[in-house]
Amino acid sequence: MAATTTVSTAPAPGRRAGSHQVSRRRAGLRRKVSNNLTGYLFMLGAVLCFAFFSWYPMVREFIMSFQRTKRGLTTWVGWDNYVRVWHDPAFATAWKNTAYFSLLALVFGYALPFLIAVLLNELRHGQGYLRALVYLPVMLPPASALFLFAYAYQPDNSGIFNFLLHSLHLPTSQWVQSTSMTMPSLVIASTWMNMGGAILIYLAALQNIPGELYEASELDGAGLLRRLWHVTIPQTRLILSLMFLLQVVATMQLFIEPLILAGGDGVEDHATSIVYLMYQHAFKEQDLNGAAALGVMLLVVLVGFSAVYTRLSPRED
Amino acid sequence: MASTETATRTLIAGARLNRPASKRIYWAIVIVTVIVFSFVFLGPLYWMVSGGLKSGHEIAQIPPTLIPKHPELKNYSDAWAQLSLGRLILNTFYYAFGALAFQLVLGVGAAFAFSKLRPLLGNAILGLMLATLMIPSTVLIIPQYVTVIDLPIFHWNMLDSPWAIWLPAVTNAFNIFLLKRFFDSIPSDLLAAAAIDGAGPLRQLWSIILPMSRPILGVVSIFSVTAIWKDFLWPLLVEPSPTSRTVNVGLYAFSQGITQNVLVAGAVIAAVPTIVFFLIFQRNIMSGLTTGSLKG
Repeated sequence: MAATTTVSTAPAPGRRAGSHQVSRRRAGLRRKVSNNLTGYLFMLGAVLCFAFFSWYPMVREFIMSFQRTKRGLTTWVGWDNYVRVWHDPAFATAWKNTAYFSLLALVFGYALPFLIAVLLNELRHGQGYLRALVYLPVMLPPASALFLFAYAYQPDNSGIFNFLLHSLHLPTSQWVQSTSMTMPSLVIASTWMNMGGAILIYLAALQNIPGELYEASELDGAGLLRRLWHVTIPQTRLILSLMFLLQVVATMQLFIEPLILAGGDGVEDHATSIVYLMYQHAFKEQDLNGAAALGVMLLVVLVGFSAVYTRLSPRED
Repeated sequence: MASTETATRTLIAGARLNRPASKRIYWAIVIVTVIVFSFVFLGPLYWMVSGGLKSGHEIAQIPPTLIPKHPELKNYSDAWAQLSLGRLILNTFYYAFGALAFQLVLGVGAAFAFSKLRPLLGNAILGLMLATLMIPSTVLIIPQYVTVIDLPIFHWNMLDSPWAIWLPAVTNAFNIFLLKRFFDSIPSDLLAAAAIDGAGPLRQLWSIILPMSRPILGVVSIFSVTAIWKDFLWPLLVEPSPTSRTVNVGLYAFSQGITQNVLVAGAVIAAVPTIVFFLIFQRNIMSGLTTGSLKG
């Protein structure tokens, strides 16, 4: 498909080295140049946007993390910013909280969408309605959904969750106001809000599994669970492994859930996340350089994780 | 919406479900699933709408009332006024559709160049764009913010202007990739034929490529509008003043010093445009989602 007109005008050496060919070659060159120029012109806008808002900030993040700007004066300070944010009392807590959220979100939020997708895929009725239902929360503005949860989490028995638990004679909870339930509360809200996308992606993957595989394994006497384990899961392995990576990377960037549900840091810093800490450094303490150092750390952790994960994970073969 | 009889075989064979005993179990599962899912996904929405109808006293009552005793629409009008929701929604529309326009014009142009014009180093540039997908968006937020308050070379402060959302929105490599891949599937012969008839690249793009690309343009449009609508951290930083906030940010920023029932009513109003959008484009949104995901 690369064989556009530019290729056909490539010089054929020797043969007829007449002036006729020279002029043809020159015309070919001119066309090549003008083709290239048109190409660049078409991508110019996007390239400029990437240069200013993506490529340059990437470099600048590293530069900023080794500089300090005070009263308009920028100096190189080596690792100072890293040392400073490292000694921030909230630093270790923030990493711990973020990792804990990510882990909890995997425990509760990773298998659940897959199982729901498997269930929906078996239903021959009402599937359109159910699909729309699970995707509905994904469309809500996150702030709306989270204020809804804030309302439902009211700690006394006026909150609907506590009311339901109480009616079922189960222990009620202080939700985000109790230190041990802070993160689980955020995970519940986040899973409800975001699960729909994963469910639809899994459903599409499940529909691509050839029916013969199920038939063959059933003939061989495999029961329901064995078919699930030996056909469904291996056949969706690639998408399952990709979604795992995407979910870890997304949950490590936790920000809006603690900000709205727990006022940012929560009770005794039990909700502070890395991105929230970054936000605090940049906009409460006017320390953009420290925030950039935190950004570099998160970047290194996440890109490192992705690289190792893709190296180790199964491939298409 | 019943699915068709010709559906491919899944975990459980269709024939097995036709036996009377299995049929009863199957229907029991369908009904339970529909009830549970409606409860889990529509229940909260009901709770939100009804919460917005309660008085300040009733909303804090123990135990909560399942149906508002004296429903009052006043909370909704209060929320509209106190949160200046009209303004917020209008702003968000303006940002989302402006960003869409930039993304379509510049993204389609770039994808066309990568796919059909193929200038020297085109693939390398595309590679650099795709490499940005590896970087999680929030980690670059600080240098991006610094760039936006003082754009290098031009020294332009975009804070509180729609450009701060529109231009960075173009750097969505995934959309450019989707477009480029779709354009790849359009035979270049068509363009060559048009070129012989004297059509320049712009004309080829406009009259041949774009009309054939409606499905992918729809997908990309829906992705980019919802992305802007749902974004929080970026507009929180670059649209700080009360008159330029988005719905998401405004709801958060105005939430202090507002009574709970009015806040819940506000959250409902803020959700209405997206729910309407979802109901209209439901089919496209859900099929588009999987177009994007099956990148193989």
